[in-house]
Amino acid sequence: MKWVTAIIKPFTLDDVREALSEAGVQGMTVTEVKGFGRQHGHTELYRGAEYVVDFLPKLKIEVAVSADRLEHAIEAISTAARTGKIGDGKIFVGELDQVIRIRTQEVDVDAL
Amino acid sequence: MRFKRTMLVLCAGVATPLSAFAQTSPTPALNSGDTAWMIVASMLVLMMTLPGAALFYGGMVRAKNLLSVMMQCFSITALVTVLWMFYGYSLAFSTEGMHAGIVNWHSIVGGLDRVLLAGLTPASQYQTVPESVFVMFQLTFAIITPALIIGAFAERMKFSAMLWFSGLWLTFVYLPMAHMVWSGPGSLLGDLGVIDFAGGTVVHINAGIAGLVACLVIGKRRGYPHTPMPPHNLGYTVIGASLLWLGWFGFNAGSAVAANGSAGMAMLVTQIATAAAAIGWVAVEWITHKRASVLGIASGAVAGLVAVTPAAGTAGPGGALVLGLIAGVVCFFSATKLKHRFGYDDSLDVFGVHAIAGIIGALLTGPLASPKLGGFGTVTSLFGQLWIQARGVGFTIVWSAVLSLVILKVLDRIMGLRVDAEQEQIGLDLAEHEERAYNLS
Repeated sequence: MKWVTAIIKPFTLDDVREALSEAGVQGMTVTEVKGFGRQHGHTELYRGAEYVVDFLPKLKIEVAVSADRLEHAIEAISTAARTGKIGDGKIFVGELDQVIRIRTQEVDVDAL
Repeated sequence: MRFKRTMLVLCAGVATPLSAFAQTSPTPALNSGDTAWMIVASMLVLMMTLPGAALFYGGMVRAKNLLSVMMQCFSITALVTVLWMFYGYSLAFSTEGMHAGIVNWHSIVGGLDRVLLAGLTPASQYQTVPESVFVMFQLTFAIITPALIIGAFAERMKFSAMLWFSGLWLTFVYLPMAHMVWSGPGSLLGDLGVIDFAGGTVVHINAGIAGLVACLVIGKRRGYPHTPMPPHNLGYTVIGASLLWLGWFGFNAGSAVAANGSAGMAMLVTQIATAAAAIGWVAVEWITHKRASVLGIASGAVAGLVAVTPAAGTAGPGGALVLGLIAGVVCFFSATKLKHRFGYDDSLDVFGVHAIAGIIGALLTGPLASPKLGGFGTVTSLFGQLWIQARGVGFTIVWSAVLSLVILKVLDRIMGLRVDAEQEQIGLDLAEHEERAYNLS
């Protein structure tokens, strides 16, 4: 099982969610985050006082997938979140050791 | 009757429309139209402070200090009202001991014969309106002037120190200033011939200079200018500026103290100057920063309102247009460049907008009152009146700066002006009032 964390542009969320559903991913967690990568911030100007905003608002989505669905999931996120402009985000993939569904006590792939 | 009214208007153009002609000439009959208008005008000017200035300033501070700004405006309104009743009206508008052309103690400050509004009855009259309405109208000016100053020391002054400052400043700076300009024959600046229709010197230069002194004495906000301190809700600021614009018709047209042609023209030139200043500010901003900003157009409008205040009774539409444009352009530079150049933290640009636009307006009021420049005053010598205006401006600057400095230094010594670093960090709303403006979750 794999743990997929993606940082995406906020307005792509609906497309990403839809693409992941089509790829068979049954659940996800979304968090509003701020950060920076290669995309520069922007400046704001109030009566001549210029502020550089370094941290840009992004969304972090987290999904757990079985190893055989990983490529589909990555494909779905990459396609749906891609605008081709700097700041589209990143996908991080890690190992996932154990999953337990609290209600039924199912474990691992059955719990996904 | 018509002749008498014309005389009043003419005299108004020369010196001061608020002067106590009622006491030197036979009292004219009460006029219900004038009275109705002055009741409305008083409410409009009160609206400029609550909620006009409260929203205008409140939107520009950070979210953690919104309530402190609104509380300051609200509490100043209450405090000044009570002080006005106790002795404020008397010190500002008592004509006891005043004689035209004679400079004495009562040229500077009114007597105590009207303390606790002594002698005021429903039958008391000021010109053609009940004196009670005049007391109320002038009170709203006394309220907004200290309320304007709070923008300079926003986000860091102790509430208790702010209250003491506002009360003392009203007493020692505002009341004599209003008396010297508006109390009629025998007043220091009135006799000098200074034209200040609605309060360019008394209100705006006075408050603007006090703001500059206050922000210098109290010091910069922690982290200024390196920490970003962007306005937290420019929507509030736009609503506030809009209410100021609307309320200003009470301020300027109301200063005719009658519903007449002078009031109508004051309303029109106020509108024109305000629009011109908004355009002037934004035009320069568009050229220099490649963007037209919301805060810019709102600030420009306020600069125009300030600039036309002393001129509203005497300038013509063309003069108002030029005056507004100049004020908008110059205040853009004073609020966006001057402050950063010299590094003082006049947080919400009380000096950059009110003092600078006030000075521009007070000076240009002189020449623009001349019929040669489309004005409606009786000014014949452009430079002569400009010089008289300049003396009025210079006097106001020195008066406000020196007395404000003394009051602030004394208060700082006795009780301290600033909240401590931790309170400033968590914000005045929580630190001073144990409340939060936004509980969103």
